[in-house]
Amino acid sequence: MSVLREKLEHTDDLVFTAEFPSIDGGGMAAVEKNAARLAPWFDAVNATDNPAAHAHASNTTTAIAMKMHGLEPIMQIVCRDKNRLAIQSDMMGASLHGITNISLLTGDDVTAGDEPQARRVFDVDGIQAINIARGMATGSYLSGRKIDPAPDFYIGAVENAGAPPFDYRIQRALKKYRAGANFLQLQICYHPDRLEAFCKGAAELVPDLKLIPAVALVKSAKSLNFMNDKIAGIDVPAASIARIQSASDQREEVYQLTLELAKHALSLPGVRGLHITDFRHDDSLAQFMSDLARVPSY
Amino acid sequence: MLKKLLPLVEHALKAPVWDCRMCGQCVLHSTGMTCPMTCPKTLRNGPCGGVRENGNCEVKPEMKCIWVKAYDRTISLPLPKVWKEHYNDIRPPVDMRLEGSSSWINLVTKRDQQTPAGWSLKDGSH
Repeated sequence: MSVLREKLEHTDDLVFTAEFPSIDGGGMAAVEKNAARLAPWFDAVNATDNPAAHAHASNTTTAIAMKMHGLEPIMQIVCRDKNRLAIQSDMMGASLHGITNISLLTGDDVTAGDEPQARRVFDVDGIQAINIARGMATGSYLSGRKIDPAPDFYIGAVENAGAPPFDYRIQRALKKYRAGANFLQLQICYHPDRLEAFCKGAAELVPDLKLIPAVALVKSAKSLNFMNDKIAGIDVPAASIARIQSASDQREEVYQLTLELAKHALSLPGVRGLHITDFRHDDSLAQFMSDLARVPSY
Repeated sequence: MLKKLLPLVEHALKAPVWDCRMCGQCVLHSTGMTCPMTCPKTLRNGPCGGVRENGNCEVKPEMKCIWVKAYDRTISLPLPKVWKEHYNDIRPPVDMRLEGSSSWINLVTKRDQQTPAGWSLKDGSH
């Protein structure tokens, strides 16, 4: 049973989701350590799929390991590394292990990563992948071959409210809903005005789509500059960077900025929760959650 | 004969204007006369989330995003209304078997509209 689905579909509760750190070395001990840190605060946590086009432990195996350690995974699948057959087997394999929250994304290009020599796949795009997932959840593979019983997927997707063409992003949210998405995790957005326009528009056009904006806990102006320069589709306004740069305590100032963005995001129409990416890996996550009036569950 | 000749004619006409990649299932009319196969990710339902602040492509920073261009052109070009409405269609995955064949033939025979049996678009089914 998906807690994420239960909360989003049958309650008015806010949901909090996070990004599970990529696993390279460290084995199960690394999974256990991260799971213990995140479990008290989050309803579900993303098992990413080679984020930013860097190879790591796979999405499916990470999701299984997370589940073994008490976290509810949202398994991401990106279209960059897998064709339609592999995407479907990822989903079926996840279902085999009781993983039901599936989020489908187009994904960064191979050139965003450390192996830009790789062949990009993109056999299907994010919206097509969402529709394939819905087909499976209603009892058949893309080919039409039956799956009985059908896997009980709760399907999600990602959208970027902060990238051009801004007004079209709302139409694209509708498109994802029509393809089969129930919830949308949004890309980290440092432009509150853009996020607000998107959420207002989406809440009106697609009221059943659950929106989950994202914020990132970072350490300094340097981290903001990095995101601005290196992460496709994220723009950090110069004024925000200047504000952190000129602060006597950058750590504290960027924390406050993130808290302001989070509170603003949670106040917007259509918003049913918040996604948090923690790049600080210190005790500020607990502080952040309590500043958002969250109570941990142990 | 026609099957061999038409792809040549089609490519000769469409390549210089639209940089046609001969996917064999042309959707130009629904994308503001902008070929989605020229998107580095070959997205049929773009734009992706990586569009730069200036509207350019994540992969090729010097190039305007194909889908931003398609959106602008869908609004600004004097295209038939029904074509413009098709912009928001959910386009199915490309059938790789049609690559290199003439989309004109595939349009007439409706071969380009065949989708796998499991591809369904039941709006509202969640």
